[in-house]
Amino acid sequence: MAGKKEVDQFSGVETTGHEWDGIKELNNPLPRWWLWTMYATIIWSFGYWVVMPAWPLISDYTRGVIGYSQRAELADTMAKVGQDRAARAGSLVDASLEDIEKDPDMQGFAMAAGQAAFGDNCAPCHGSGAQGGKGYPNLSDDDWLWGGSLEDIHTTILFGIRGDHSDTRYSQMPAFLKDEILTAEQVDEVVEYVLSISGQDHDQAKTANGAQIFAENCTVCHAEDGKGDRVQGAPNLTDAVWLYGGDRASIRQTVAESRFGIMPAWTARLDPVTIKSLAVYVHSLGGGE
Amino acid sequence: MAGEGVKAAASVNRHDVEAVNAASRRSLYKKREKIHPKRMEGTFRRIKWAAMAIFLGIYYLTPWIRWDRGPDAPHQAVLLDFPARRFYFFFIEIWPQEVYYITGLLILAAVGLFLATSIAGRLWCGYACPQTVWTDLFIAVERFFEGDRNERIRLDQAPWSLSKISRKTAKHLTWIVIAMATGGAWVFYFADAPTLAHQLLTFDAPAIAYTTIATMTATTYLLGGHAREQVCTYMCPWPRIQGAMLDEESLAVSYRYDRGEPRGPHKKGEPWEGRGDCIDCRQCVVVCPMGIDIRDGLQLECIQCALCIDACDDIMTKIGRPKRLIAYDTDSNIQARMKGEKPRYRLVRPRTVIYTAILVVVSLIMVIGLMTRSVIDLNVIRDRNPLYVMLSDGSIRNGYTLKIINKLHEPARFAISVEGLPQASARLLGFDDMSEPVEVAPDALRSVRLFVTAPRAALTEKSIPIVIRVRDLDSGTEVVNDTTFKAPIDE
Repeated sequence: MAGKKEVDQFSGVETTGHEWDGIKELNNPLPRWWLWTMYATIIWSFGYWVVMPAWPLISDYTRGVIGYSQRAELADTMAKVGQDRAARAGSLVDASLEDIEKDPDMQGFAMAAGQAAFGDNCAPCHGSGAQGGKGYPNLSDDDWLWGGSLEDIHTTILFGIRGDHSDTRYSQMPAFLKDEILTAEQVDEVVEYVLSISGQDHDQAKTANGAQIFAENCTVCHAEDGKGDRVQGAPNLTDAVWLYGGDRASIRQTVAESRFGIMPAWTARLDPVTIKSLAVYVHSLGGGE
Repeated sequence: MAGEGVKAAASVNRHDVEAVNAASRRSLYKKREKIHPKRMEGTFRRIKWAAMAIFLGIYYLTPWIRWDRGPDAPHQAVLLDFPARRFYFFFIEIWPQEVYYITGLLILAAVGLFLATSIAGRLWCGYACPQTVWTDLFIAVERFFEGDRNERIRLDQAPWSLSKISRKTAKHLTWIVIAMATGGAWVFYFADAPTLAHQLLTFDAPAIAYTTIATMTATTYLLGGHAREQVCTYMCPWPRIQGAMLDEESLAVSYRYDRGEPRGPHKKGEPWEGRGDCIDCRQCVVVCPMGIDIRDGLQLECIQCALCIDACDDIMTKIGRPKRLIAYDTDSNIQARMKGEKPRYRLVRPRTVIYTAILVVVSLIMVIGLMTRSVIDLNVIRDRNPLYVMLSDGSIRNGYTLKIINKLHEPARFAISVEGLPQASARLLGFDDMSEPVEVAPDALRSVRLFVTAPRAALTEKSIPIVIRVRDLDSGTEVVNDTTFKAPIDE
């Protein structure tokens, strides 16, 4: 075959010499636009090697004359975002919580920052919608153990509850049955009394004794009317919101064994502006006072 | 094209030339043969000049039309403001969520194109398509510097000389200037034209403006100056689609072969009996910017610019035969005349009726939509997490985020009310009470949080429909949004 060109008699085009079942392949030229495009891309690639990062080396790569790097570009962008954020956060450093909430600019920033920080730090216990759960307070209702004003919320976030910080909010309810302060029967009676003051079905026969026991043991923290005391984080026992459940069995367990919910102090973990933002965000969830 | 002879027969220039793009001569692997369209005067050439002036005028001047929209809005009649996410079109102002107006406009454009095509063929390709308009302009420039067809062919074949170099250079420079002006005008649609013009001249404009101008300059120069008819023949999908739009009743630039055939050279004084009117002078071929022979019938390459009608009319006048041997005609009329029947134009056909009906319906929907377009808008997003919150007194609270849009160019004050749950009370976060108006800045959106609280006893269903009403205190315009109030009830 070498040197001998076969020309197809119908098209007048040279064949490649390849033949399949009697069908011969014509050696038509590539379309010119296609060829020129290919040459252009080849020329382009040489320029690209020089200008842009292109070739891998053993422990590095060719950087290209303009030194372009997507990582550096990302770092630049993030640095710019950081600067912008820092500039806007700066206005929150000295502002009071009330001022932040009133100023649309600062409030917008605090809400965005607060929402993000809440999702990262608070949602594992309080839920992504701040709806809480058993043992973890719902932050969007109007029932607050330690107070629901901006300042109260801010203090709680800063120092935590029953945590390690020296300024932490602290209180402890005795385990009345476990510590043998009350007998099992007395616990039952005081539970019936608590059910009665929260407007639930109760055993009328036991509430009189229960009231007596309540007055002697519980009013120091929960107050005479059972509405609690925020200074000590003692919950209101007459309302519809229960942190550990409001049914007979749950209340009995609380009285008998006590509860000891802990929230960490965030002052060492988050910066002051983030904590302020969190306070503004939580305050806006619907229960803020 | 080499070796083309020009023979003088009577007063008629006869061109011994083949159409370079005729289907029979076209091969996939062949190098493109340059087309040198001859200059021609006549009715359709005048229409094309006028169309070119109008379309180029619209394109170049539109961004400079001013439109007073008040202090805080751009004063440009037509502006696509991407950073601010607004489209301005004279009295119409479109927000991103109203992009359906643009969809409607595209539907109108498409159906309009279908209708025009079914009535009179490729009107768009022949007169209005930017590729046609700019190519026409570039050919005119070429003609100005290099002369008409024969001169250009001679120049292309001539060896390089100072005169050839200077004429070619002048042509290309002019093309590039036109191309730059084309790209330059494009960017004015996306920013305030006078400001951007000043920035462009002082080299202060954003890089994207220069990049866009450079890209548009390159494409205009390449497509208008070099690619020309190849764009229509190889790149554009429309010639393929138009086959579905045309039928035998559509007007198209046609060679009336019933009258023209049998064709052949004709000497002055010879009788016309027993032969066709076509004297095979090929004027129609040499004027064709697409390089085809219209006498081969309706072809994909033909953009129906009608310049061959002018060319043929000129010849028919000279040889004393009736004009319009090439004319806008329908295939069925040619067939009818051959059978000796009377030709007739059927404008009313199912497809024209259907396209017109769609056009009217879509236009009506657009007009009604624009006339009833609200200048305030309300979106209500119900809290889903949590669905509801039980408060200490046992009542249930639902939260909503209201997004109130004020499309006016002045601040607006709104009163918000909740209907559907008489026992419920409502509260806006950050407001003292519901009677305090919610102020929304001009041309802006404001989010407010709404809490609706209902006593447990009032809730009888898991989901209770409620209505949130926003009323503009100044104009009294109201917008309502239906939503629901969720209660902790198992059904």
